[in-house]
Amino acid sequence: MRTYLASLAMGAALVGAAIMGTGQPVKAQDGPLRIEITDGVIEPLPYAVPDFVPETPAAAELAREISRVIAADLSGTGLFREIPASAHISKISNFDSPVSYADWKAINAQALITGGLSVNGNRLTVRFRGHDVFAEKELGSGLQFAGTTDGWRRMAHKVADVIYNRITGESGYFDSRVVFVSESGPKNDRRKRLAIMDYDGANVQYLTNSASIVLAPRFSPTGDRVLYTSYESGFPQIHVLDVGSVQRRVLSSDNGIMSFAPRFAPDGRTVVYSQAQGGNTDIYTLDINSGARQRLTSAPSIETAPSYSPDGSQIVFESDRSGAPQLYVMPASGGEARRISFGAGRYGTPVWSPRGDLIAFTKQNKGRFHIGVMRTDGSEERLLTASFLDEGPTWSPNGRVIMFTRETQGENGRALLYSVDITGRNLKPVRTPDGASDPAWSPLQN
Amino acid sequence: MSGLKKAFLVAALLGLAACSGNPWDDTDAYGGSGPGAGIGAPGQLDPQSPAYFQQEVGDRVLFAVDQSTLSEAAKATLVGQARWLTSNPDYIVTIEGHADEQGTREYNLALGARRANAAREFLISQGVAGSRLQVVSYGKERPLEICSNEACYAKNRRAVTVLAGGLTG
Repeated sequence: MRTYLASLAMGAALVGAAIMGTGQPVKAQDGPLRIEITDGVIEPLPYAVPDFVPETPAAAELAREISRVIAADLSGTGLFREIPASAHISKISNFDSPVSYADWKAINAQALITGGLSVNGNRLTVRFRGHDVFAEKELGSGLQFAGTTDGWRRMAHKVADVIYNRITGESGYFDSRVVFVSESGPKNDRRKRLAIMDYDGANVQYLTNSASIVLAPRFSPTGDRVLYTSYESGFPQIHVLDVGSVQRRVLSSDNGIMSFAPRFAPDGRTVVYSQAQGGNTDIYTLDINSGARQRLTSAPSIETAPSYSPDGSQIVFESDRSGAPQLYVMPASGGEARRISFGAGRYGTPVWSPRGDLIAFTKQNKGRFHIGVMRTDGSEERLLTASFLDEGPTWSPNGRVIMFTRETQGENGRALLYSVDITGRNLKPVRTPDGASDPAWSPLQN
Repeated sequence: MSGLKKAFLVAALLGLAACSGNPWDDTDAYGGSGPGAGIGAPGQLDPQSPAYFQQEVGDRVLFAVDQSTLSEAAKATLVGQARWLTSNPDYIVTIEGHADEQGTREYNLALGARRANAAREFLISQGVAGSRLQVVSYGKERPLEICSNEACYAKNRRAVTVLAGGLTG
């Protein structure tokens, strides 16, 4: 936890926000922008984002909407706290006029985001600036994004990503999507279909119908394709779906052989997955272009849930070779595996973080499920959640937030998506229209 | 026997099952459903019918937590299944492996495959041709019982022998 908080402060120092971060609590007098850190508690940074200024008549409605999405992104991290418009003293009515910093100091807004918006036909242009209120200067230079009006939410997310980056030093994660399994119907007749949405639950689109069970979709490294497991043929088999065209095809078509738990390698061409044959589940790779297969494990135990390191050199997976499921790391070409989980309980669904520093996992112990993280050598295990059933973590593109499935117990048990910061703070549900499971977070969009 | 007559018998049987409640209520934990599992009037069933196989022979075996080893009761059920399949050689079979909800999705898929395969291997050891026996795992995707305690879990940890379109089916 310390490491994360320290790196937040360090990153802020790098972008000139005048935070002297050394992992120690940051004092207000060190600089105007502060994220005050004490043991396990971050004081969210107060900021204001008044409605953007409509610069054409048609921009009036979106000008307000965009500032609301930016605020939802920033406050949703738990690192920022918005000062509501009702407390504002001054109003931003011209994007190019000088800001009256005294009015924003008076309400203790440490950061201020101003913007102007013009709409011409279906063309949308957003200009914005971040301000370091107490230093009375701009937070980096102003930027402009242009696009079509129907992409206005993405533009808001891009603005929020820039602001987040300039204050924390970390890359943002708001302009991203999540593919997941939408669930409906009773527990003993669950209907499942693939869906995709913005990271915040907006713009849900269904990718398959619910005629057959679909499980565990996973994005390609560029977010253009999704791997998933489908029972369309009667047996679980791996499919790949093009997100843009929604065209799909089966990848593993051996009749009667069960294939599941696929994930892309960072090269976007190799797929690692598990295959059950004769009751024994092992890990294989498949080259999408050539169809060439390679078997990576051959123990009589269960080997499944493989996930590559971001550099593609190693694979973390789950195996019950010791008697109960534990986590192991092996070279990407197979070979000797090293066990990394040694705590009490059962470990599963390991996922390497996009930064390469941590592995997220599902842990089952004493009738409870947890989402946790550990270093890639298995040290510094920390459990972030606890419930009747938490499973299947996926990383935000910047490796700071984990989304997962939480299922409630009993006859009316239902699965929903939740997210949690890797510090264990800011646990909250992700809005979906129906039940939802098996989320996979996309990389940042371009 | 005509398909129509079979269909009638199945319908009659389903009616009986509905009257007598869940046909597997009598199942012992970790055992097989065994002959006569909660169904009355076995004499009415054609012994060559899928309904007879399902209800009288017993189409499923149950497993202990995390296990895929066959209990003595499970083996007894499978002996009956093998005998029936041997005398009804036109049926092919899909054995469905299932897990309870305690466990991750991926691990449960693999565990269900183990369970289905354990049943398959035993049927082969009893003389059923392996070419007639396919396996598929549903992991925890298709629970039979939906409560979140051992009473339901015990019935969900199962391998079910499903008769599929044989020549006489």
